[in-house]
Amino acid sequence: MFYREAGQFKTSYEADQQVFPILQDKIGIGAILIIGLVVVPLTGSDFMITSIMIPFLIFSLATIGLNILTGYAGQLSLGSGAFMGVGAYACYKLTTIFPDANLVVLVLLSGFFSAAIGMVFGLPSLRIKGLYLAVTTLAAQFFLEWCFIRVPWLYNYNASGAIEVPERTGFGGIILSGPAASPLTRYFLVLGLVILITIIMKNIVRGRVGRSWMMIRDMDIAAELIGVRPLVAKLSAFAVSSYVCGVAGALMVFSWLGAAEPAAFSINLSFQILFMAILGGLGSLVGSFMGAAFIWILPVLIRFGMPAVGIDIAAETVEHTTRMIVGALIIFFLIVEPHGLVRLWQIAKEKLRVWPFPYV
Amino acid sequence: MNAATETAVAAEATGEPEVMLKVENVSLSFGGVRAITNISFDIRKGEIRAIIGPNGAGKTSMLNVINGFYHPQEGVITFKGAARSKMRPYEAASQGIARTFQNVALFKGMSTLDNIMSGRTLLMKKHFFWHLFHYGPARTEEIEHRRKVEEIIDFLEIQHIRRAPVGRLPYGLQKRVELGRALAMEPELLLLDEPMAGMNLEEKEDMSRFILDVNSQFGTTIALIEHDMGVVMDLSDRVVVLDYGKKIADGTPEEVQANQDVIDAYLGVSH
Amino acid sequence: MDFLYSIFVDPFVQMVQMPDFLLQVLWEGIVGGILYALIALGFVLIFKASGVFNFAQGIMVVFAALTLVGLYEKGVPALAALVLAVGVMALLAICVERFVMRPLVNQPDIILLMATIGLTYFLVGLGEFIFGGEPKVMIANELGLPSGSVVLEPEGWGPGGSPGLISLQKIDIAATVIAAIMIVALAIFFNKTRIGRALRAVADDHQAALSVGISLNQIWAIVWFAAGVVALVTGIMWGARSDVSFALEIVALKALPVLILGGFTSIPGAIVGGLIIGVGEKIGEIYWGPLVGGGIESWLAYGIALVFLIFRPQGLFGEKIIERV
Repeated sequence: MFYREAGQFKTSYEADQQVFPILQDKIGIGAILIIGLVVVPLTGSDFMITSIMIPFLIFSLATIGLNILTGYAGQLSLGSGAFMGVGAYACYKLTTIFPDANLVVLVLLSGFFSAAIGMVFGLPSLRIKGLYLAVTTLAAQFFLEWCFIRVPWLYNYNASGAIEVPERTGFGGIILSGPAASPLTRYFLVLGLVILITIIMKNIVRGRVGRSWMMIRDMDIAAELIGVRPLVAKLSAFAVSSYVCGVAGALMVFSWLGAAEPAAFSINLSFQILFMAILGGLGSLVGSFMGAAFIWILPVLIRFGMPAVGIDIAAETVEHTTRMIVGALIIFFLIVEPHGLVRLWQIAKEKLRVWPFPYV
Repeated sequence: MNAATETAVAAEATGEPEVMLKVENVSLSFGGVRAITNISFDIRKGEIRAIIGPNGAGKTSMLNVINGFYHPQEGVITFKGAARSKMRPYEAASQGIARTFQNVALFKGMSTLDNIMSGRTLLMKKHFFWHLFHYGPARTEEIEHRRKVEEIIDFLEIQHIRRAPVGRLPYGLQKRVELGRALAMEPELLLLDEPMAGMNLEEKEDMSRFILDVNSQFGTTIALIEHDMGVVMDLSDRVVVLDYGKKIADGTPEEVQANQDVIDAYLGVSH
Repeated sequence: MDFLYSIFVDPFVQMVQMPDFLLQVLWEGIVGGILYALIALGFVLIFKASGVFNFAQGIMVVFAALTLVGLYEKGVPALAALVLAVGVMALLAICVERFVMRPLVNQPDIILLMATIGLTYFLVGLGEFIFGGEPKVMIANELGLPSGSVVLEPEGWGPGGSPGLISLQKIDIAATVIAAIMIVALAIFFNKTRIGRALRAVADDHQAALSVGISLNQIWAIVWFAAGVVALVTGIMWGARSDVSFALEIVALKALPVLILGGFTSIPGAIVGGLIIGVGEKIGEIYWGPLVGGGIESWLAYGIALVFLIFRPQGLFGEKIIERV
């Protein structure tokens, strides 16, 4: 209906290979950017920004990270929570060592530590495949979690065993982290990094590197016979994925939580990210945002929506019903569309294109 | 000395086309099972070489040995004049050997375009760094290869399915896309494993035409496995026949057709 | 040097000097291993019959145990509660088959795995909703399980030739015996009965099994029920050792390395894998754990499985995989 590409002709491969070749898509993404950059900051309450938008963006980023590994390269990972933890602890140590550096630089640097550790735990993937690989990432998850508890150097020997975010500034004295940082500053920091990394990831996955990951995912033997080196492809996927997860982890502590115990990076976080990736749609960046929105925002809506419509229940009960609903919805969506929300969205777009006819 | 080796000797004596790949006394076994026993043959530059034989004769294993997926326990393989030792499959790819598979091995989650682009992997060299921004050299490279891929798409007449995920395509088209992916590698030696299995007559005719065109237009050397004897005899310059992992005949289609061992292997004789 | 000594020599010296303690540790490891094996057994049952990697097995253990204790707390007599809990597991099996498995037939493995993760979420929510999130005490005595311990004092096994001291909890002995009986029963069921053969047929090929007249729905309901009963037994045993809480869910993840060692489809594999992991992590924790500050039990099992996999990617009982194209 509104979504038709009729009349939009491409005369060069450059034009044809754009991320959003269709005009309507360009308008749509523009609108979303305007909402994110202008409407939300102007109209959103502090609660809306700190409890919904910031975590949503951070989880989206982590989900993109996992999607690179599991969705694009086909390597199942149950350790994304721990890789986020590595990013967070690395960033914490970096801010301790370089107190005057710009926080954004440190956050981006901390991803490299996570990438290095991700590559180490990615090495077994050369011999181990499929579900068996889950054990590798679980080993990473529990081993790293153990390190966060047992290596006091990581949390600067704090008595509490937790990391607390120090006040750090950047860009000419703006307070970027710590209790004094305003929600809006933190929001823009997160949003900026999420946009930047999403663009970079899109560029990687649509080029040669991303194709080699998908080749390994779809049929590793054929990929090797075509000339993909499994070592390079798998390890680069682990590195890029862990980098993104690491940055997300650093942001999670520095821009959202403000302090974190090792338990914050537990297996439950890994599962949460995995749910987001699957529900949104494996192998899709847009899907990562959809999945994160679904898993993060839906419970919030239930929590605050139920009292609003007059159902007054205890906070605990809400927690429990939320889980049941999310669990049931996961199953429901898998039955309706195993390829995630993004596939539903694509189907909707295809329907619009041929409307009012059922098919072309 | 049988007819097949005589022709081979004759060809060498007259100094005819150079040999691209030479397999000498190759044996391969899995555990106790012998898949290939002491096989020797060669593939000359520019020819279409067929490998035929009943099911389980070791044809696919032979292709797997040639492109480095299996490592033979005995024997020497010489490609473009250099004997090679143990190698990984991607090394065979980088030396110019491409192949298609018996059971279509396309990347099911990717579109036709991406599948054929994937064949260009080894020809794309730009550094990872440029890919981060999809700008500069990476972008130029991507577009330059896209042009080549579009030529292949035109050649194989699959423009209409350019954007379709290959998983949804009918079998005959999948085979064609797979051929396209192999062609995108610009190989010197193309291995085709039953390119016409499960096709109807019309599709077989199309595929035969593509194989002949590839051979004549690009000068690609082709080794193919096929069960349809009509196709094999029409397409190939020379045929090697395997049975139970052993070579039983080698020569031109006419020679092979007249060979008593081949007739026995296909029709069966009472032992 | 000291460091190397404390890694490579000292633990073994300790083992030899105090053999009674070593035996005690081995016993603890075996008991822990049996419980891992029981959880793994539930996985294997479902994986064998449907190719589904049932992530929800861990929570099924918790859910079964919670149901049992919850019913007892509501005033139902212990044995009646046990029967009712079995009934609840049957109901769960039927619901899972009807609402999860049947609509998802013929989907890729990963989708089915995800569905069981969804099921896990749902069951956690449901369990907390009905029974609350507080840990509960297992009604071991009321079910007639033995308590107390047997103390062995073998001559000359203690330090320096003194009498040794090994204490075996009776509940652990009971767990071992019950586990053994259950494994034998399952093996007979799988190998000797008509349904067992149908199960194996379904595991091999869904469509082929359908074509010879095997009802997938029935088979799935049966295996999920069998896995539910295994979960209930596991829950009782585990609950009697510690208590019944959702923390068990994390413990249940250790079934994964067990399965990997034993192979996803082998019942003996699950047992042997369970014992290796159980004993391995106990010994590691007691003798090498203190060197790095302890607590290595949380990841050692995965580490053991990982090292194993690198040398034998097909698992302990799997056949060598020949890759074909």
